[in-house]
Amino acid sequence: MSNLLGLEVKKVVETTPEEIEKVQNWINTEEYKEKNFARQALVINPVHACQPLGAQLAAHGFEGTLPFVHGSQGCASYYRSTLNRHFREPAPAVSDSMTEDGAVFGGQNNLHEGLENANTIYKPKMIAVFTSCMPEVIGDDLTAFIKNAKQKNCVPKDMPVPYANTPSFNGTHIHGYDSMLVSILQTLTEGKQIEGRCTGKLNLIAGCDFNTGDYREYKRILKEFGIPFTVLADISDTFDSPCDGSYHVYAGGTKLEDAADSINGKATIAIGPYATPKTFSWIKDNYSGKHATMPMPMGIAKTDDFIMKVAELFGKEVPASLKNERGRAVDAITDSHQYMHGKKFAVYGDPDYLMGYVSFLLEMGAIPYHVLCSRGSKKVEKEIQALLDGSMYGKGCKIHMNKDLWHLRSLLMTDPVDGVIGDSHGKFATRDAKVPLFRFGFPVFDRVNKHRYPIIGYQGAVNMLTEICNKFIDIKDETCEDRQFELMR
Amino acid sequence: MSDKIRTIDGITKESTEALIAETLSVYPDKAKKKRAPHLGANDQGSGSACVKSNKKTVPGVMSARGCAYAGAKGVVWGPIRDMVHVSHGPVGCGWYSWGTRRNMMSGITGVTSFPMQFTSDFQEKDIVYGGDKKLKTLLAEAHDLFPLAKGISVLSECPVGLIGDDINSVAKTAAKELDIPIIPCNCEGFRGVSQSLGHHISNDTIRDYIIGTREYAEPESPYDIALIGEYNIGGDAWSTKPLLEECGLNVKSVWTGDGELEKIAATHTVKLNVIHCYRSMNYMCKVMEEKYGIPWIELNFFGPTKIRESLRKLAELFDDNIKAKVEAVIAKYDPIMQAIVEEYKPRLDGKKVMLLVGGLRPRHTIGAYEDLGMDCVGSGYEFAHTDDYDRTAPEMPDGTVVYDDPSEYEFEKFADALKPDLIGSGIKEKYVFQKMGIPFRQMHSWDYSGPYHGYKGFEVFARDIDMAINSPTWNLVKAPF
Repeated sequence: MSNLLGLEVKKVVETTPEEIEKVQNWINTEEYKEKNFARQALVINPVHACQPLGAQLAAHGFEGTLPFVHGSQGCASYYRSTLNRHFREPAPAVSDSMTEDGAVFGGQNNLHEGLENANTIYKPKMIAVFTSCMPEVIGDDLTAFIKNAKQKNCVPKDMPVPYANTPSFNGTHIHGYDSMLVSILQTLTEGKQIEGRCTGKLNLIAGCDFNTGDYREYKRILKEFGIPFTVLADISDTFDSPCDGSYHVYAGGTKLEDAADSINGKATIAIGPYATPKTFSWIKDNYSGKHATMPMPMGIAKTDDFIMKVAELFGKEVPASLKNERGRAVDAITDSHQYMHGKKFAVYGDPDYLMGYVSFLLEMGAIPYHVLCSRGSKKVEKEIQALLDGSMYGKGCKIHMNKDLWHLRSLLMTDPVDGVIGDSHGKFATRDAKVPLFRFGFPVFDRVNKHRYPIIGYQGAVNMLTEICNKFIDIKDETCEDRQFELMR
Repeated sequence: MSDKIRTIDGITKESTEALIAETLSVYPDKAKKKRAPHLGANDQGSGSACVKSNKKTVPGVMSARGCAYAGAKGVVWGPIRDMVHVSHGPVGCGWYSWGTRRNMMSGITGVTSFPMQFTSDFQEKDIVYGGDKKLKTLLAEAHDLFPLAKGISVLSECPVGLIGDDINSVAKTAAKELDIPIIPCNCEGFRGVSQSLGHHISNDTIRDYIIGTREYAEPESPYDIALIGEYNIGGDAWSTKPLLEECGLNVKSVWTGDGELEKIAATHTVKLNVIHCYRSMNYMCKVMEEKYGIPWIELNFFGPTKIRESLRKLAELFDDNIKAKVEAVIAKYDPIMQAIVEEYKPRLDGKKVMLLVGGLRPRHTIGAYEDLGMDCVGSGYEFAHTDDYDRTAPEMPDGTVVYDDPSEYEFEKFADALKPDLIGSGIKEKYVFQKMGIPFRQMHSWDYSGPYHGYKGFEVFARDIDMAINSPTWNLVKAPF
């Protein structure tokens, strides 16, 4: 027999059980960990996705908006199915299906044909264009392409067509969110600033947050305050729409006129400084009123900051209902802190989520022992370190910047913890390490309804607390000796 | 093939053509012209395709298609369990296709099997300066960290081909240095019109780099076969492989579900290739036929009727020993299958299903629905070719609608008109139809269930279809106020 490469034909060899056992033990060792951490080029099980995914999320947050991927069609299918799986909801988006000839001639023809078809078939109020790799590598000029599209009447001249360059080889999904969002706001608010006009509203940006419950929670808190508001990029109805026998391509999102008028707002809060830096910086320079950027209000202290900031911006007292809510959350925490106190955790995810997890754990008396960020920066590291330094429970905790979940596995095996907070992808490492995984991040593909339970605000703190404490109690009930098995915990 | 022409009440060639015309009426002229040949009314008697296929997707219409990379990573290479599969390029492609196809694997993760995401996570500088150096380093790192991995595949994402990297030469050098097979696969997502070219390219790389490089340690037997185009979705291969073994055959390798590189490499010594998913692996069956004289046979393991037909077709190619075993297997399972049909058919009889899937399922599953008393009133593929539609024509009732790479709008319109009791398609379609109150099963991933192949699979399939259609939850959709 011959093969094309002219290689020597070898026998099929089965790996011996001894070899398997040896390697199986070896990958749990300190020695392996060092080798693993010495990796220079190979990334294994990363926590981050690419920019266009975040861009699509932002686009879904606006009324009647069709996300439009300029690039290869497979990209759009990947973003859509990721959102479908996480939310268990439709995620309608189109692509202009660039292929080899696009690589040679550029993607303008695809873009124009795609815009005309998408507009005719799906009748959007806005089309939000963002790019995947191919047009970024070949250097397509979106500004010119879209201007030409309007001249050719592929879409009506007055239709907003914001666009963002979202190269996948730079940053992560949070950066794509930021780029798309700022472009949408720039497009919608153009020429809408009116001297002396004030909507009296708070503009709230939730950041690259994949939890529809969080959006509803922000709105509920603002209603308690009695403050009129516009949530910008509001995905809560898009990705949590009713099942009533009818399908709507555009199930929710911020009203375009509200988004346009947001430039005349009384104040703007951008949550998630790492997911909204460009947007916030542009808003600061261009929007009326006051502006603030804040971390995700996870845990009591960060929620307090958020509540006080809202009160301050609007010159309002914190309403009694929210004071009571805080009291009830603290009551829940003091009642159950014993199940988390001193427990060691590993946490991983996007920087804004990490700040929230760390802050929440520290105030519970739990230890955020390994803090792992798949794409971070010195600034992120410094801020997390400051949080850790501010608490005795942060002592000895370690930050692992630009590391992945295969690194995390080594950490869990050599320097173990009691639990892990992250997304579904951590389930392999936590199964090996025999510790529970608390799925508060994105994506969650293997549990139901997680995106409906807020993790921000006082209610979010109660939700996280309940899930974590009850899991530890479950573990105790499932694993303790019979004589230790008792009614009360 | 059914002998007689079947029809569905209320569906004629004319009604289907009118439905297609009405659906396309909202399209711009150019798009209408492009899409029209891809939608048709089935001519069951013709045995040939009523639609055009394997053409470029019309931009902007909302297609369900993926790309060549998806076909290579997700379908052909990804399921081989004892290899490290590197998604070479930016982080996204590998991340989105990580663990999302449900091709199950035996082995110990990170030790003997690798259902993980390996990527070069390209950054701007890799685009500017090229990623070959990085690739060379990461191949050594992968070999170092996963010494029991039998080989490494390098699956190119879009930028790699656009910036002119030479992964083939890097792979060649590294394979020599590390002394393991390293297979470069130029499956950039912009190539071709769908996943399909990714399958073809991957088959070609198996031909070029793998086949014929190993031999089985045991002596050959006349009953040696390979199971091709079985991806072990939800454990399918763990149903079909034992079934074939029960029939007295030696399944030497499975391509590629729960697959092992070296066993795949030695497949050129088998006596017969049994192919399930024709679309994604017919290429290698043809190569092995031409080069090694191995015949191949296309079978269908969905539902008792098709399984029975398939096993008898298979037995014809072997001696009396196998023929007797096959009859014994059929005799053993027939009553079990009959009991399942008797349990579920009364609740499913006359129900209508519409399909939009990939590979083989839009035709191969029709028989299983029919075993349960159901009718398929519409079917289509994301990435099929003419030979797939030729094979579909005899399976579909006459005059029913066939759609190639339909847009979401078209699919929705057809469902609106045909009012199916069940839709079997993918995750992107699932929630659209469930919002409408139409029961749905994901037919790529078996909706987190499975297996659906083989006798073992039919029991799960029947239960799932009944659960989907007859769930009391659908009665809650309409509010009483």
